[in-house]
Amino acid sequence: MQLLFESLFNGVAIGSVLLMAALGLAIVFGLMGVINLAHGELIMLGAYTTYVVQLIFKLPAFEPVYNLYVLVAIPLAFVVSGVVGILLERTVIRRLYGNPLETLLATWGVSLILQQFVRSVPLATAAGLVLALVVGFSLPLVLPASLLEGPRARLVRAGCWATSALSGVLLAGGLASQISRIARATSRNVDVTAPRWMRGGLEWADLTLPVPRLVIIVMTIVSVLGVTLFLNRSVWGTRIRAVTQNRSMSDCLGIPTDTVDVLTFGIGSGLAGIAGVAVSLLGSVGPNVGGSYIVGCFMVVVLGGVGNLFGAVLASFAIGWLTDLIGAGRLLTLWPAMPPPLAATVQFFATTSMAQVMVFALIVLFLQFRPAGLFPQKGRMVEV
Amino acid sequence: MFQRFQQSRWPQLLVWVLIIAAIVAAPAVLPVFRLNLLGRFLSLAIVALGIDLIWGFTGLLSLGQGIFFALGGYAAAMYLQLNSSSGFPNGIPEFFGLYGVKQLPAFWQPFHSPLFTLVAIWLIPAVLAAVLGNLVFRNRIKGVYFSILTQAALLVFFNFFNGQQKLINGTNGLKTDVTQLFGQMVGSPEMQRGFFWFTALMVIAAWVFVRWVVRGRFGDVLIAIRDDEPRLRFAGFNPTLFKTIVFAIAGGLAGIGGALYTVQSGIVSPQYMTVPFSIEMVIWVAVGGRGTLVGAILGAVAINYAKSLVSEAMPQSWLFIQGGLFILVVTALPEGVIGWWRSDGPRNLLTRLGITRRIGTYPQLELDGQEEVQP
Repeated sequence: MQLLFESLFNGVAIGSVLLMAALGLAIVFGLMGVINLAHGELIMLGAYTTYVVQLIFKLPAFEPVYNLYVLVAIPLAFVVSGVVGILLERTVIRRLYGNPLETLLATWGVSLILQQFVRSVPLATAAGLVLALVVGFSLPLVLPASLLEGPRARLVRAGCWATSALSGVLLAGGLASQISRIARATSRNVDVTAPRWMRGGLEWADLTLPVPRLVIIVMTIVSVLGVTLFLNRSVWGTRIRAVTQNRSMSDCLGIPTDTVDVLTFGIGSGLAGIAGVAVSLLGSVGPNVGGSYIVGCFMVVVLGGVGNLFGAVLASFAIGWLTDLIGAGRLLTLWPAMPPPLAATVQFFATTSMAQVMVFALIVLFLQFRPAGLFPQKGRMVEV
Repeated sequence: MFQRFQQSRWPQLLVWVLIIAAIVAAPAVLPVFRLNLLGRFLSLAIVALGIDLIWGFTGLLSLGQGIFFALGGYAAAMYLQLNSSSGFPNGIPEFFGLYGVKQLPAFWQPFHSPLFTLVAIWLIPAVLAAVLGNLVFRNRIKGVYFSILTQAALLVFFNFFNGQQKLINGTNGLKTDVTQLFGQMVGSPEMQRGFFWFTALMVIAAWVFVRWVVRGRFGDVLIAIRDDEPRLRFAGFNPTLFKTIVFAIAGGLAGIGGALYTVQSGIVSPQYMTVPFSIEMVIWVAVGGRGTLVGAILGAVAINYAKSLVSEAMPQSWLFIQGGLFILVVTALPEGVIGWWRSDGPRNLLTRLGITRRIGTYPQLELDGQEEVQP
């Protein structure tokens, strides 16, 4: 019984990280049909944002509230990854709607550039650049419309960008001088120290539940609930769903499909940023951290059924639980009197990487019976 | 005037004369190191031809060609290891001793035979591709889903080969440059020169073969699958069969390329199955021009040469260039360089530069009468 519970908890823990990472992808891929191979790098950006926030909170001025840095990191990571995602959508992806294979290649190029950017550009400069982008994009949204539409609109816009550039330079300079350690290029992996309340584990019925895992599970639940509520209850969520179902009809009915695209992509990318916070709590952060999640994310989306959030939830927990069940060789513990050949097979697959092999084989087997995943899309649009 | 030049056979012929002249002249001109690199890139061109066949002509974007590439390489390396392991304890390759393996694993046994190895190099990847492909195609999984599944399969094979030290030396891979073939060291300059010639011949053979495949009715069916699969199905064809065959052919070509690459680079390791390398293969074809066979060969050789030159000069910047290339070729040059040349590209460029007059009518009207059917 206790064994079963432990396995279940591990499965949920693995699955929730996977779900967190796949949630943004499920939105972008499921609702827009865009394959974003740079999703992993957006996760990486979120993880690095957490690292930078943590470094800033180590400054003497913020020392008393150091333990709360995660609460700042989550929204900031959302914004950073979201802005980079929107930038990506505006510059590259929007030219390629309707060509999924081309999008796939272009986003792979973007992911290579982002990886190398993180490797060779000093962290302080990168942080400054990101801040400049965030400020530059958000200032026009905050300012009253009368200023932006007025006779001096150009001057106002130029002023916005000047402010953003200034803030970026200030942050970069401040970081570089304050903490000389982080001005160094980050080709090495970095570690995020968890705040004190997040260390250790929770004792419960002679089980130790690691607190970071619990925090991630909570984050996942909140994110999934938030996204579901947003899509089903809010005005913009309804518009997103309408565009998903029938783009040209929505356009005829006056829904600004262009804005909807930006919004969907921004939210999907922002969720990748939050996933980055979760990932940074689990292990060290490096330029390749995104690559290790991307294939698993796509598996979740394909298995769950494209465009179905509930399917993604179920699929990621199924994959997580199966990975734990196979990877830890739990079948052998449950049934010690297994016949030797079977036991040898179970032993053979009882490592994390071999469990991945097995899980993939099971997914392919499953797709033989349900080619469109757990919850297939219905309707005439599907075949196209 | 320019159009006549563009449409005549001369440029095509010129490209081929240049390629063959370069290949013939290379051993005399290039130092051993560069010649070896060129030989490797030519073996990658064979892989690129396979990708062009499935992506350029059939519209299947496989991100998992690294599986077949590495399998071909492993087959060749296993034979070479066995061939030169008689001096080691138990008569098995040396690395087994590190993991305490006394007896050769069963699946190594057939690789004692050179004949079996020569067949296995292309047959094992082809059969695996046929099985994997058929499982996917018969469920009508296509487009991006196919790409994602091939990528996942690649990751799985990487994990498997990376983790099995006792079977195939895991992450260290199998070395071939200190093994013996025909009583000579595989890594010796003479052998490498021989491999270069053999690779060059294989590229031409592969080109002739793929050209034979894409011309004629079989090729027409492939192009029909790419352009409108449901319509082909309603016309009474079975796309699954054709896709499986063509995916198997591409897998076999990748296996041959992998074997030739392995003997020239001196090692085969799970690194050949990494996700980035397999996606890189796609960009060779994309830059050269998908759907044009010469483009695949030129793209593979040119990009790899550029990669090695740039990496030597500025190691930091290659990924930026490669990433930029992905974006550029997709947004600005979707047909690749050769495809751009064959279509309206050069004339549009000349028009933009103000050298030729802008055409008022549809270009098709002006071409009437002198048009020739492109393959």
